[in-house]
Amino acid sequence: MTVKLSASVLAIAAVSATTAMARDNVQVTGSSTVLPYSTIVAEAFGENFDFPTPVVEGGGSGAGRAKMCEGVGTNTVDIANSSSRITQKDLETCAANGVTEVMEVRFGYDGIVFASDVNGPAFAFTPADIYNALAAQVAVDGAIVANPYSQWSDFNSAMPAQEILVLSPGTKHGTREVFDERVIIAGCKETGAYDLFLATAEGDDDRAKSRAANGECTKLRTDGRNVDIDGDYTETLARLEADKKAIGVFGLSFYQNNTDKLRVGTMGGITPSTESIASGEYPVSRPLFFYVKMAHLDVIPGLQEYIEFFVSDDMAGPDGPLAQYGLVSDPELAATQEMVANRTPMGPLN
Amino acid sequence: MTDATSANVPASAPVPHASSLLTQTALMKKRNAAETRFKAYGIAAICVSLSVLAVMLWTIFSDGVSAFKQATFTFPVTLDPERLDPKGNRERDEMMRVTTIGYTNLLNQQLVAYLAERDISTEGVDDKDIAAFISRDTPARLRNMVLDNPDLLGQTIRFEGFATGRIDGYIKGRVTRDTAERDTNISVAQLDLADRMIDEGILSAKFNWSFLTAPDASDQRPEAAGLGVAMIGSAYMMFLVVIMVLPLGVAASIYLEEFAPKNRWTDLIEVNISNLAAVPSIVYGILGLAIFINFAKFPQSSPLVGALVLTLMTLPTIIIATRAAIRAVPPSIRDAALGVGASKMQTVFHHVLPLAAPGIMTGTILGLASALGETAPLLLIGMVAFVANYPAGPLDGGMLDPATALPVQVYSWASRSDPAFIERSAGAIIVLLAFLVVMNIVAIVLRRKFERRW
Repeated sequence: MTVKLSASVLAIAAVSATTAMARDNVQVTGSSTVLPYSTIVAEAFGENFDFPTPVVEGGGSGAGRAKMCEGVGTNTVDIANSSSRITQKDLETCAANGVTEVMEVRFGYDGIVFASDVNGPAFAFTPADIYNALAAQVAVDGAIVANPYSQWSDFNSAMPAQEILVLSPGTKHGTREVFDERVIIAGCKETGAYDLFLATAEGDDDRAKSRAANGECTKLRTDGRNVDIDGDYTETLARLEADKKAIGVFGLSFYQNNTDKLRVGTMGGITPSTESIASGEYPVSRPLFFYVKMAHLDVIPGLQEYIEFFVSDDMAGPDGPLAQYGLVSDPELAATQEMVANRTPMGPLN
Repeated sequence: MTDATSANVPASAPVPHASSLLTQTALMKKRNAAETRFKAYGIAAICVSLSVLAVMLWTIFSDGVSAFKQATFTFPVTLDPERLDPKGNRERDEMMRVTTIGYTNLLNQQLVAYLAERDISTEGVDDKDIAAFISRDTPARLRNMVLDNPDLLGQTIRFEGFATGRIDGYIKGRVTRDTAERDTNISVAQLDLADRMIDEGILSAKFNWSFLTAPDASDQRPEAAGLGVAMIGSAYMMFLVVIMVLPLGVAASIYLEEFAPKNRWTDLIEVNISNLAAVPSIVYGILGLAIFINFAKFPQSSPLVGALVLTLMTLPTIIIATRAAIRAVPPSIRDAALGVGASKMQTVFHHVLPLAAPGIMTGTILGLASALGETAPLLLIGMVAFVANYPAGPLDGGMLDPATALPVQVYSWASRSDPAFIERSAGAIIVLLAFLVVMNIVAIVLRRKFERRW
C-alpha cells in the first residue's frame, strides 16, 4: 500500500516536473558580495512588478559563473553575479556548453576598507604599511629579508605601537584579488621590494619576470600575524571583537552597517566613502558585474524587466538603494542602461 | 587431625582471613577507590556536557527570544486617491504604476504630519530622520492592501507598520545611546523621539507573528524577515522524505534481514550501507546536483530535489535502525508462525513487522530529525537562496517551486551584515529546536508506549 502510494507520488512528481519546466521566476547565483544588494533589487522587483520575486543564491563569483556556463535550459540559472570580471576560461566553458551569448553588465563599485576596533587607536595606512606588516619578505636597507616586524611602529614611527594582526580575505574570496593587486603589490612597489624581487626573478622575458616578482610580492607571512578569513565579513567581525588589536578587511557596505563597532582606517590619506570611491580617489575598489545568459531573455518571464530594473536610476543611481547599501554607483550607468535595453552581448575579453 | 587443627585456628585466633568481605584489604580499597574515581569522572563528563549545553542554550535564547517581538507603529493613514490612483479609474494596472517609492513618500509625510498634529516635539530630527523610522517593508504592505482593495482609497485607516531594525533594537535594548553615538544609521535625537512616541502610544513592541509567517527579506529590512517560506519548504521536504524513505528503507531491511541468503554479496551490501551512513552529507548534495538537476532536469531550489537528496542521506540510517528493530523480534515468534503453517511472507507481515514497528518508527523519526537540521546537501541544489515567494500548495506543484529550509535560513541570516539579523538567526534556531524537541519527544513516547521486551 505505502509502496504503491509512494510510487504514484513519484510518478506524479516526475510528470509535474516535466510540465513545470516552464519556469516563471528568474534565478540568480554568484558572488556573496553582490548577494545582499541583489536581494534588495529582487525584493523591490517582486513588490513593484507582477512577476514573482527572483530567487537569489550566493556561493561565490567563480562558482556562480561556472553554474551559469553549465548550459542552456530552464533548469540552469539565468544570471551570475560576480565581483570580478569573467575569465576567458569561463567563456570557453560557456561556449562548449552552448552558452554562446552572454551580456556583461557592470552596475557599480565596491570599496574595500581596513577597519579596527572602535575603541582602539586610529590608523592611517598606506599600501606600503600593509605590505610591510603582512609580506613574508620585505625590503630592509636595499636587501630582501624575512619579515622582522612585530609592531606597526616598527616600520613607520607615525603608526601606533600595536601588535600586528591582520584578518585578510582568504584566497577563495573575490576580495582577495583586489586586495593583492591594489594593496599588496602596490605596497611592494612602494617599498622597493618589487624591484629587488625583479632583479633576481627567473623567467624568459620581462613579462614572465614581472609575473614571478608579483608572485613573490603576494606571498604573505605565515607566522600568525596574518590570518586568512575564508568566511564572510561576519566571521571577520567576530574575530576582531575577540581580539581587539586586529585589523580587519571589510567591504564598505559592511562597515557602514557596523559603524558602532568598527573604526575605519584611511588609505593613502583618503577616507573610504561612496564619494571618494566614485571619484576614484580611494584606491582599493573593484567593479561589480552580473552576467546574463541571453538565450533565456525571451524564455524566462521577467528576466529582461529584472535586469533593466537592476540598472535603473531608481535602483543603481547615486541616490538609490545601491548607494544606501554602501556600494558605489557607476558613473557610466547611462551607457549600461542603453546596452541592456538594446541587448548587446559582450565582445571578446581584451 | 590436620582438619581439626586447621578448624581450630580461626576460632582461637581472631585474625581475619585474608579475603574476608567484612574488612577491606589494600587491594579492595584500591579497587573501591578506582570505582569511586570512575563514577566521579562520569559525573564530571555529564556536568561538562550539561554546562556546554546550558551555555549554548543561554546564548541562543538570550539572543533569539527578542525576535518574537517587534516594534510596531500604529497611526492613521489617509489614502489620498489623487496620489495613489492618478487616473482615478481604480484599474489595477493603472494603480500599479504608483510604485512603493510613491507609497513611501505618502507614509513619511503622514507620519510627520501626525506627529505635528499630536504635538510631539521633533527636536533635533528632520523629516528624513523621521522617515527612517518606517521599515522599507511597510510601503509594500500598504501598496498590496490598496491594490487588493481599491475601495480603501479616500479613507483614513489605522495602519500598523514595522519600525526599522535600529528602532526595534532600541526597544529591545540591543541599541543604546552609547552605540547610537557612533552609529551612522541612527542618532541619539532619533532615540529621544522614539521615547516620546512610545510614551504617546504610537510605537510599541508587539508579538511578531510575521516572524513565523512572512518570507525572507533583504539586508535593508531585517525587521520584515520571517520564516514562512523556510517552514513550508522544510514541511514539504519532510513529507516527501517520509513517503519515500519509509517504503524503501523497510523493504530493503526486511529483504536483507529475513529473505536474503548470507553470502559475499549481502556482506558487501551490508558494509556499503554502514559506510554510506557515515558519508559526509555534502556528498549527497553533489550527487543530487548531478542526478536530479543536471540529468533528470528537476527544477533548482525545489523541495522535491531537496527531499530526494535528504532521502538518500537518511536511507542508510533508517535501514540500520529498521534492521536492528527486526532483529530484536525473537526467533520463537517466527518459529511459532511458521510452525502453524504461515508462509514466510505471512510471518513477516503478520508478526514480525507489527512487533518491530515501534522500533522502526523511532528510527525513522530520529532520521527525519537529522534530515530536518541538514544544510550542507541543500547548498549545492540551490536551496540556500533568497526566496521571497511562498511556494504553491502541495497539490498545485508547490513541491517544484523554489523554497528554502529552516537550517538554511539560520545560515543565511547569520552571514548578513546588519546586526539585527543575529537576533533573527537565533530566533530561527529556537524554532528549529522546538521542532526537533517535538520530534524527539514523539519518538520517545512511541518507544515507551509500544516497545515490547522479551
